[in-house]
Amino acid sequence: MFRLINDTLTSQVVTLWKVFAHAFVKADTVEYPDQQPYMFPRWRGRIILSRDPDGEERCVACNLCAVACPVDCIALQKTEDEEGRWYPEFFRINFSRCIMCGFCEEACPTNAIQLTPDFEMAEYVRQDMVWEKEDLLINGTGKYHDYNFYRVAGKKIGGKDKGEGLNEAKPVDVRSLMP
Amino acid sequence: MAKIVIDGVSYEVNPDNNLLQECLSQGLDLPYFCWHPCMGSAGACRQCAVKQYRDEEDKDGILVMACMTPASDGSIISIEDDGAKSFRSSVIESLMISHPHDCPVCEEGGECHLQDMTLMSGHNYRRYDKKKVTHLNQYLGPFINHEMNRCITCYRCVRYYDDYAGGTDLSAQATHHHTYFGRHEDGVLESEFSGNLVEVCPTGVFTDKSFSENYTRKWDLQVAPSVCTGCAVGCNTTPGERYGSLRRIVNRYNSEVNGYFLCDRGRFGFDYVNNDDRLKEAVKQIDGNEEVQSKEKIREVLTEIANGATIGIGSPRASNEANFALRCFVGDENFYSGMSDSEHELSQLVLGLNRDPSFQTPSVREIEKADAVIILGEDVTNVAPRIALALRQSVRNKALDLAKDCNIPAWQDAAVRELAQHERSPLCVLSSYVSRLDDIASDSLIDSSANLANIAYAIANKIVNSAPAAADVAAEYNDVIDRVAQQLSAAKNPLVIAGTSSDNADLIKAAANIARALSKENGTNLCLLVPEVNSLGVSLLSGTKNSLSSAFERIQNGSVSSAIIVENDLYRRASHNEVDSVLDKLSNLVVIDQLPNATTAKANYLLPSTAFSEHEATFVNYEGRAQLSFQVYRNQSNAQSAWRWLSDAEDGDVDALVNRCAAEAKGFDKLGNLLPDPEEFIAGMKIPRQSHRYSGRTAMKANLNVHEPKQEEDSESVMSFSMEGISSQKDASILASSWSPQWNSNQSISKFQEEVNGELKQGHTGAMLIARSETAGSYFPPPTVESTNKLQLALAYQIFGSDELSAQSAIIQERMTDAYVSIAPVDAEARDIKQGDMVELGDFSAKAIACIRSRIKPGTIAVYCGDNQIDSHALAVNIGILKFEDSNTGDGKGKGKGLSGLIVSDLLEEEY
Repeated sequence: MFRLINDTLTSQVVTLWKVFAHAFVKADTVEYPDQQPYMFPRWRGRIILSRDPDGEERCVACNLCAVACPVDCIALQKTEDEEGRWYPEFFRINFSRCIMCGFCEEACPTNAIQLTPDFEMAEYVRQDMVWEKEDLLINGTGKYHDYNFYRVAGKKIGGKDKGEGLNEAKPVDVRSLMP
Repeated sequence: MAKIVIDGVSYEVNPDNNLLQECLSQGLDLPYFCWHPCMGSAGACRQCAVKQYRDEEDKDGILVMACMTPASDGSIISIEDDGAKSFRSSVIESLMISHPHDCPVCEEGGECHLQDMTLMSGHNYRRYDKKKVTHLNQYLGPFINHEMNRCITCYRCVRYYDDYAGGTDLSAQATHHHTYFGRHEDGVLESEFSGNLVEVCPTGVFTDKSFSENYTRKWDLQVAPSVCTGCAVGCNTTPGERYGSLRRIVNRYNSEVNGYFLCDRGRFGFDYVNNDDRLKEAVKQIDGNEEVQSKEKIREVLTEIANGATIGIGSPRASNEANFALRCFVGDENFYSGMSDSEHELSQLVLGLNRDPSFQTPSVREIEKADAVIILGEDVTNVAPRIALALRQSVRNKALDLAKDCNIPAWQDAAVRELAQHERSPLCVLSSYVSRLDDIASDSLIDSSANLANIAYAIANKIVNSAPAAADVAAEYNDVIDRVAQQLSAAKNPLVIAGTSSDNADLIKAAANIARALSKENGTNLCLLVPEVNSLGVSLLSGTKNSLSSAFERIQNGSVSSAIIVENDLYRRASHNEVDSVLDKLSNLVVIDQLPNATTAKANYLLPSTAFSEHEATFVNYEGRAQLSFQVYRNQSNAQSAWRWLSDAEDGDVDALVNRCAAEAKGFDKLGNLLPDPEEFIAGMKIPRQSHRYSGRTAMKANLNVHEPKQEEDSESVMSFSMEGISSQKDASILASSWSPQWNSNQSISKFQEEVNGELKQGHTGAMLIARSETAGSYFPPPTVESTNKLQLALAYQIFGSDELSAQSAIIQERMTDAYVSIAPVDAEARDIKQGDMVELGDFSAKAIACIRSRIKPGTIAVYCGDNQIDSHALAVNIGILKFEDSNTGDGKGKGKGLSGLIVSDLLEEEY
């Protein structure tokens, strides 16, 4: 009998004390949204399309992000400007399907598609989670500042003729027999 | 059979082949570039190095190139040897020194043999730190893109284009690491088979320009096995769809028909499917106004029509199903083939000869094996292009024989060509104008069709005396007749080619006489060409007497007042005036078609039908080979297959119709064999039309509605509109697009063949519908020729333009020419006609461009009617020709397409 009372009373008093004492412990939660957390640069949040250092669209519509995507939430169509530069005619990400795995970024050969530390992506209407190129494209290079795919690729585009790329010799004169 | 040991495992191989080919036949992975199953070995790339050992004691071995080493009995080789592997990886490293690092923007990426081989050989980082060699690109016409930086100098392009396809305007230029593959200057690639460069090039130097405009990676295309509808050869193709539009066509291997290659009409002539003016709704047309009708309403109208006297006009460009459904709907006696009268008659003649046991109809592959060929009046390159490519291989049989005598294996391509020089098997071309096969022809006779038929009769008579002699043949031809008769008699495997496009029954009959005179044991090869994809199919379905004019007669005398026309523009089948008067007499005209044309404009009810890529269908090719073409994607408009408009819902699906056709239509009993048996598939699962890497499923339609629709279901076919199911891995029973682990390019086809160049495993080469009868026919008597003072007319054809549907594709239109008249310099001078002048034909208002050609026989002209610009059925055999004088339009030059796309070897450049 005594033992029962002892156990019950002690337990309840101790519990009450612990709850009371917790009122003076530093809070683990933060006052979001008034207080913003620090997001690490490599956090895998909202996906963006970046531009190269010259301010042109980095995406060349190669489709590698789309094929790497495990939930198939990226769709795009390649088109080309008059001078041969490839770019996406449309580029659509269905964020209501995206699982932020970052495979698209890993697959991207031009550093165009990047995941950013922005996680605030909730919408009231699910349709608003479908983002087109206009929504995705930012005016900057994102995490990778210097890379410009067309500078190293041997394809001619406006402003860069054959042989003007990085590490390229002048075009061959096929009529010449010189070594 | 020889026994060889590869990496310790013993294999039975064919000693006539080289090691590389046999390794691939055994399903082993050995990297290669320059070797091609159809072009033999060049030994240029050094990529297929293996270790070969002297005997079992030999542990060191020597490096040999597998493609240049015969698979002789007792060979011991190793693919996996470390020395061989490191050699191969250094070779690919050297090949990649100047490769431009542009896979993401390369159309070949994802189906690139170079990517596959780089991965397989183990090279991944460029250590060479010097500058990359670069090249300028060329404009090569509307079909092909050129990106020379990607070249690895395997020489496949020139070996294909020049050596295999007989092109003259692509060559290797410059030397050492500057080697360049291109034309001597920018310009359109002239060969009719240039599109194959896209598939032959192991990397992205030559890519499909039209595909690039709407580019999609190989893994994103929805594909299904299909059959080309461009001509009667029936090449197997793989059309690919993305986002609801047809994006491209690539070759689909069929060992008997097209092998590895297509013609440019077949490859690039599909774009009409995506045309904006495709018919989309069933409409009632009253005085130019259109009233959209529901499917139920149309059904009512059709039932009503069927109760009265109705005729059905089928079409040689419609499938067997469409024609058969129409025949069931209107009754056998009311069904007409829809071919022009002369073509109807000639097709029935061809059918009769195809049943004659004295002959056999060669497949394209068998044509390649012929060692003496005579072509009577057919312009093969423009009528059945793929056969022209096969004929170019047939003339090489002499070289192969010579090589055999010298113990040179056939795959030693350069050696065989060096040995043979210009020795070719005989090819005699009888034609009204210089054909594109002129450069390989041993004899090329240009004359009017009537004279050519006489020459052919004379050849038959020369071969065997019992064949009737021709009336009178000009003495100048006696030598040729002797020579050709001798060549054909001496040949082991002679081939006679004729066809209906010459519009001359005597040429076909003379061809039959020659073939009969040659009397080979299993039947002489007699290849009779018909112009359209299902010409033979519709001929088999229609009665011999049911010609178009008999249909017109019934309409004219008022015994029928309603007609149903399926996928047929009658203005191409009879003279425009006649068709006008007949169609005006009808009170009810129902037309089912894909695109608007002159006939659809006259319809009371116009029903939209689906294109070849949008429905499952069977077609019968020139041999009588029926082939099944699957649906690639669903048409999103209200169009449906022509046969479905004419059938009730309870009639069942397309398979039920095919089975019904097999059961009911005479001669079609083997058609049912084409249908795959779903029981044979793993766990009864369907075959996916989409690859296992198909992307974008949850995003492609998300702009319309984020709640993505269920994947479309295909309740009819054994294929699914999704990635679900079991795709062909080693089994090729339904193989749209070949893929095998590590082999993403089209070279993966070797994984699906019984052996390299062999039949596909579990594959289907089609069902031969025409059975030979027991009794052989007899010789045809030659006709009597009447002489005339007027010009004798022959019809000319163009690969780009003569086919009705492909001519509506924008990209084909870039290569089309306007209607023209080929005329001899003497005749032109007599009429004061200059090159490029507009001329009037006969006594009506048809106009065409004069094309003065030095080798046209004086007294004859060859008329190309353009895309039905000239009413060919109103032209008489003997016609007058006049210079067209019009003060308003000047000389008529510089309008329309002109003649810039015309490629002929004998165009008169200077003044006569």
